[in-house]
Amino acid sequence: MKRSLPLLWRRINERYNLVGSICQTCNTPYFPSRKICPKCRRKGKLISQKMPNEGKIFTFTQVHAAPAGFEHETPYFMAIIQLKNDVKVLAQLVDSPVEKVKIGANAKMVFRKIYEDNHEGAIAYGYKFKIV
Amino acid sequence: MENSYKSKTGIIGYGASIPHMRIKVEEIARVWGKDGLRASSGLGIKEKAVACIDEDSATFAVESSRIAIESSGIDPSKIGAIYVGSESKPYAVKPTASIVVDAVSATPHMTAADFEFACKAGTAAIQTCMGMVASKMIEYGLAVGSDTAQGKPSDALEYSAGGGAAAYIIGPAEQSIAIINDTYSFTTDTPDFWRRQHAEFPEHAGRFTAEPAYFRHVISAAKGLLEKTGTTVEDYDYAVFHQPNGKFPLRAAKILGFPESKISQGLLTPMIGNTYSAASMIGLASVLDVAKPGSRILCVSYGSGAGSDAFSITVTDKILEKNRRPLESVMTLAKKDVEYIDYAIYAKHRRKIKSL
Ligand SMILES: [Zn+2]
Repeated sequence: MKRSLPLLWRRINERYNLVGSICQTCNTPYFPSRKICPKCRRKGKLISQKMPNEGKIFTFTQVHAAPAGFEHETPYFMAIIQLKNDVKVLAQLVDSPVEKVKIGANAKMVFRKIYEDNHEGAIAYGYKFKIV
Repeated sequence: MENSYKSKTGIIGYGASIPHMRIKVEEIARVWGKDGLRASSGLGIKEKAVACIDEDSATFAVESSRIAIESSGIDPSKIGAIYVGSESKPYAVKPTASIVVDAVSATPHMTAADFEFACKAGTAAIQTCMGMVASKMIEYGLAVGSDTAQGKPSDALEYSAGGGAAAYIIGPAEQSIAIINDTYSFTTDTPDFWRRQHAEFPEHAGRFTAEPAYFRHVISAAKGLLEKTGTTVEDYDYAVFHQPNGKFPLRAAKILGFPESKISQGLLTPMIGNTYSAASMIGLASVLDVAKPGSRILCVSYGSGAGSDAFSITVTDKILEKNRRPLESVMTLAKKDVEYIDYAIYAKHRRKIKSL
């Protein structure tokens, strides 16, 4: 499967470092980043902001039938991580034994390969989480 | 020649990354119909660390660099150079160093490159950073050794080739947790191990890899450094040697006169396999985890092809300051939460099955 290179490149900051945004008017953090603060509308002022790299499992599911590009990783866990600033992020869990994957478990961001366009295409790297 | 770089630079922070999967040497031997215990004791390796399907030398480089920056306490925007040494780059053309630049939130206003010299590319990166810091061309440099080495199925290398990385922030001596007093290298054209362009697995010269290759270069660099610095084996509390297996570094220590007690802390290969560019650098990190102020360390890398870089290092009292060591020691990374896999799972993760 061939994916968009400009899109891959534009999302590097978001994928590598959990860079989202924060509204300077109401102090609400957003990930992924937003252009408009839904709370403040025109009064909002959004600037780029790095999210905390730790949080807790809010909820999770085990994936047995994976989308294209992830077939060889099944079964794996996808989780919604509630970061320390309460922002929720959907991410794959890695290096985490089944018995440790629980709601409320502490998770930390790790840097992994997300997908690659076969053996000749570009590699997309980014965040996944692991139970700590 | 004025040696203005001597004792001017040192290690500001360090970090290591080791994957959590392990395969036992006995399991690899089982698949190829070899005597597992003999294979394991012959190499001095019990098990090796294996990269997952979504890990490569770039992900290990990033993970270890993030830990090194955290333990250094420096603002990553002050890093003026990032060099990554590896022989298993994810891209044949496209630097791993540029991935690290963005992933550690460093500034784009810096220089970066990948280094290649088999297993000593990471220590060559340390030397480059030393020169640049000493000359005040940069304030801090980041030197990384990272590999996810591969061995041909059933080849001798398959039993030992592991994965991992170590990263070092090099900066001014006065801020260092360990001062690099001096360095000395020894380099010759020795075809003991190579991988041609487009070849998937490396070739090696069997027994030829020992005497004229590993031992000649490691011993020459170590002796050259001792002579240059006017020190003796007795002056050092620890020694770390490149460790392609569990046996070579023990023999190098014996030839030089180091007792085993001085090298065991820096000998990780029996637990995680040969991590190539990372091997001596992870060993050094493990020594820094426990070394006391005033401790002296001799560290010698080896890269096939062939060359060795030797370093004389003295630990400072800054190592006792809060958070100057990584949260998890190398020994913890080597042992904690490991998952044992069989050869089939190993073959999948390392893409040794043709359709992957
Ligand atoms: Zn707002």
